[in-house]
Amino acid sequence: MKAVGMGVAHESAKLHVTGTAKYTGDLDMLDVLVAYPVQAIHARARVLKLDIAAALEVAGVVTVIVESDIPGENNTGAVKHDEPLLSSDVMYHGQALAWVIAETDDAARAGAARIKPQYEILEPILGIQNAINAHSYHTEPLRILRGNPDTILEKTTTLEGEILVGGQDHFYLETQASLAFLDEDGCMVVHSSTQHPSETQAVVAHVLGWARHKVSVQALRMGGGFGGKESQANPYAALAALAALKTRRPVRVRLTRHIDMQLTGKRHPMLGKYRVGFDVTGKLEALHLEIYADGGWSLDLSEAIVSRAMFHCDNAYFIPNLMVKGFVCKTNVTSHTAFRGFGGPQGMVLIEDILDRVARAVKKRPEVVRELNFYNENSLDQHTTHYGQTISDVRIGNIWNTLKTSSDFENRQLEIENFNASHPFLKRGMAITPVKFGISFTTTFLNQAGALVLIYSDGSVQVNHGGTEMGQGLHTKIAQIAAQTLGVNLERIRVMPTRTDKVPNTSATAASSGTDLNGAAVKNACEILRERLEHVAAEMLKCPSDEVRFENGFAVHLKQKLEFEKVVMKAYLERVSLFSTGFFRTPEIHYDKVAGRGEPFRYFAWGASVSEVEIDSLTGMWHLRRSDILHDCGDSINPLVDRGQVEGGFVQGMGWLTMEELVWDDTGKLRTFAPSTYKIPTLADIPLEFHVSLLPRATEEKAVFGSKAVGEPPLMLAISVREALKDAISSFGGLEVKLAAPSTPEAILDAIEIVKDAAREIVMSL
Amino acid sequence: MNEIPVSIKINGKQVTASVESRTLLVHFIREQAELTGTHVGCDSSSCGVCTVLLDGDKPVKSCTMFAVMAHGHEITTVESLAPGGVLHPLQQAFWDQHGLQCGYCTPGMLMTSVALLKHNPNPTEHEIREGLSGNLCRCTGYNNIVKSIQQAAGVMSQAIPAAADD
Repeated sequence: MKAVGMGVAHESAKLHVTGTAKYTGDLDMLDVLVAYPVQAIHARARVLKLDIAAALEVAGVVTVIVESDIPGENNTGAVKHDEPLLSSDVMYHGQALAWVIAETDDAARAGAARIKPQYEILEPILGIQNAINAHSYHTEPLRILRGNPDTILEKTTTLEGEILVGGQDHFYLETQASLAFLDEDGCMVVHSSTQHPSETQAVVAHVLGWARHKVSVQALRMGGGFGGKESQANPYAALAALAALKTRRPVRVRLTRHIDMQLTGKRHPMLGKYRVGFDVTGKLEALHLEIYADGGWSLDLSEAIVSRAMFHCDNAYFIPNLMVKGFVCKTNVTSHTAFRGFGGPQGMVLIEDILDRVARAVKKRPEVVRELNFYNENSLDQHTTHYGQTISDVRIGNIWNTLKTSSDFENRQLEIENFNASHPFLKRGMAITPVKFGISFTTTFLNQAGALVLIYSDGSVQVNHGGTEMGQGLHTKIAQIAAQTLGVNLERIRVMPTRTDKVPNTSATAASSGTDLNGAAVKNACEILRERLEHVAAEMLKCPSDEVRFENGFAVHLKQKLEFEKVVMKAYLERVSLFSTGFFRTPEIHYDKVAGRGEPFRYFAWGASVSEVEIDSLTGMWHLRRSDILHDCGDSINPLVDRGQVEGGFVQGMGWLTMEELVWDDTGKLRTFAPSTYKIPTLADIPLEFHVSLLPRATEEKAVFGSKAVGEPPLMLAISVREALKDAISSFGGLEVKLAAPSTPEAILDAIEIVKDAAREIVMSL
Repeated sequence: MNEIPVSIKINGKQVTASVESRTLLVHFIREQAELTGTHVGCDSSSCGVCTVLLDGDKPVKSCTMFAVMAHGHEITTVESLAPGGVLHPLQQAFWDQHGLQCGYCTPGMLMTSVALLKHNPNPTEHEIREGLSGNLCRCTGYNNIVKSIQQAAGVMSQAIPAAADD
């Protein structure tokens, strides 16, 4: 049986539908304590006094964890050591100043309410523009330059502008959670809902002041991650471990939704300031773009995130002269972090907004101008990115034309024109937008992965690897890869929970790289084992070892075959090792951050989508009439899982761009810290008609089994929804559409008013 | 502490315990009945991952109901859907159609779907969308959840054609 390429159901599906799947908050433990934070009520302040005595009087409160309890390094920062776990320096509203550890949630909460810190209030820096004014940055600016944009911009038609792209809360349905306890040897065991067990292990060890081999971290599964548990699971694991060490009892930290939204970082809000130059046809000649990201109070992963925004400010377009600068603003809000796309989406929203504006300036349809500017591999110099990477396999042309035909784009455009002509208040709009997304961690050394595969003497197999399961189906694909490589049925393969004591020094399951890296490492381990078994089988079958094949649970030579388990048992008796590690490092990639040059990506994932919307100009309400997607997953390892990623990513992206609005008030307090005020898409919001296809015959030679990464790229297909809304708004007149992101109904009403005003001015000037 | 004796029949089994009067039903289910299939997502009645059935057919968000309010009533959770290990058609359909990814919302989705199909065995796509719009999923984009419910409705209407039409 073929395993790779089949639409195999999620490996935990049975556990999920029967309610038996365990999350960190479900793990049973005797005498477990819980935690609740004492939160700062100012965005920037110094704590003068923190008296915990009143909390200790509450029945059920066991202890309060404060800064002086930290035996090791008071830092949980992933890249820079700028994130104290506990500090008297208040850097954002809601920051945890101490954690009350108690027998019950009620007691912990009551204890926390009794602690009234005294503050010296300081002036916060809030918002990107204020940070720019105050020169408040985490790092030196980044830049990538090609050609002479400034010279060209002096000589050609230009437009200038600013776009603020809003952030996004991850809203993983399982909030941050960790459970820590001491084993019989006094070492720390941590169960954590983390995308990065090795870093969680490292941070716990730092905070405790221990060597890492005394800390084991297990990530069984997450109830969603989306980047929000790449670095930001670490503080809660460290806190649970610290409290477990102090109390000598198991401690569980599980944030409530409100606390989670107040404490954890979001997708970065980014401000783009640009000047773009183009010719009369709409072909881009030069772009000068400055991207300012709100990094929040600590650096976290923000520099790499801004880099990815800069790498993706071209999307699928060749821009001959380009200067892009990136800035990480330091402000007094939560520390913004990884979120599906990792800055790429913001960069792509900027260039799509710019292209839409250019198209309207040259009086052409936006899709015509988009197509005109595509990378072109048939032209010698038009398939190299601004950072110098040659794109060897430009797939957008094929995808674009196929999707335009399958979505009946041109006929529907005529229907929309007719509809709009006969409806004064309701307007429809449609847009097609491309996606090109670079695959690999841009921090090159992270592109490595390990595996440990064990074959038991009965022929059953356990697979360990460094990737984590957050619902994306990684473990399912890993099982398929192992089964295919060993030539056995899937039933023989069991993928184990991710543990730092099985595979060390792993990278985060992030950058869409889970299958590319870990799948290749597992394949490597299975190939080593298969080769050993080929020799054993060859002796049994009396044939040369290179003529033995393993398939369907048999070792096969011509018409002879032997059961896999018989070969395994023979190997065991012959004292042949039945376990192996596997390793993979992505070849050839490199990047020089200072020069802004290199080949940071192994390959690119491509896609395109068409969306059609209808807006009500009296209320700003809208709905998504239809979306069509054609996405490139290479030769999909699991089309069922990959389609799920495409659909889920698209809807999540649509939420980000149209309804998920983060509101911080003037004091720096996040006002939208619950689902009552922060709206993610529901079943009522998805497209009324939804056509999703994977690009056929799409082998990617550079990745495992010809597949492509799929986690992040589809999110950016949702830019077509934003551009379709602009298309609908444009039917009220005016030359350009200024639509805020997210485009909530209020924002749509505002945008309609602006185009109507502009249209009136045009009429009056005639 | 103001502790009150509460007795609730959960999945056919009487569970009795003295609990603090403000104890939420979801915590009673998870801690007293030790059934962790019912999850907590938002603590504030918005996300629906804690949905259980009250008295057989009424979906309630168990984070918005006190345990004392369920005293003397029957509660059905996801753990009861596969008696004897035979999966409910909805469970099978969510599995087959990949109507789940991280799985955290799945028990709530299933319980709301059970109630929907009890009241409306052959829902239109629009009715499914409306019926499940109180349950959030952050992973799937919902498309496969709709397909799952359609598959289950098809299977269930074939299995008991007479009962549905009478």
